[in-house]
Amino acid sequence: MENGYYLLAAFTAVWAGVFAYLLFLSGRQVRLHQKINAIKQVLTEKKSK
Amino acid sequence: MKRNALLMLSFILMVAALYLIFIYVPTESKMGVVQRIFYLMVPMGWIAMLAFIVTATGSILYLTKKSDKWDALAHSSCEVGVVFTTLALVTGSIWAKPVWGVWWDWGTPRLTSTLILWFIYLAYFLARNLATEEYRGATFAAVVAIIGLADIPIIILATTLWQGLHPPPLIFQEGGLDPKMRFTVLMSVIAFTVLYIVLLRFRISLRQSEAELGTLKELDE
Repeated sequence: MENGYYLLAAFTAVWAGVFAYLLFLSGRQVRLHQKINAIKQVLTEKKSK
Repeated sequence: MKRNALLMLSFILMVAALYLIFIYVPTESKMGVVQRIFYLMVPMGWIAMLAFIVTATGSILYLTKKSDKWDALAHSSCEVGVVFTTLALVTGSIWAKPVWGVWWDWGTPRLTSTLILWFIYLAYFLARNLATEEYRGATFAAVVAIIGLADIPIIILATTLWQGLHPPPLIFQEGGLDPKMRFTVLMSVIAFTVLYIVLLRFRISLRQSEAELGTLKELDE
């Protein structure tokens, strides 16, 4: 059933696209929080000196 | 609505939509199973336009009220919107091949105007990133979004005003769609709209984290 492959391709494309974007956002969130925590630590150390 | 509750709602609606698409709705007699791509393509196209309308609205409010929160809304909606517009073009193309015999038709105004929308989304990002200062970039991008809003009524009216391969609007027409198909496509649109809101809120929260990082870097200097 050839048309079934087109249906599968469309659903795969959509869900792959949505999950890829979600992973991209999650990765950015993790990196941002790491940078924020690192700078907060530096500022805390500077303040305590 | 709290983020987890919205995420849960999005998940439930998606599962419901998938049930409707694959189990509930009957197979269309002329196109067969490939017609079920319609229940993905319509929501993708809807979100592509909705996200741009939100981008343009945020841009207008940013230019008039000069508040960063509106720029955050516009920028975030643009990023989410470009994802859905890409998916609209991809699913449309996949649907077109078995139904029309071609992957793309330049003579169909709905397709070309949606492609133009995709380029307008990219132009928004170019305008933001090419400016030397952040506030200038936000301003230029806002202007691009407002001008680009003109493409939305063209996309909506494309199948009514001009001839092409894309069928005219059927969803709300009397006798246009089987009631089960109409219900399924509307549920799919609602499910993907909630997903859009989830992604938009996630992206806005990242913008807020980026702003916090910028403030902390200034304090560190």
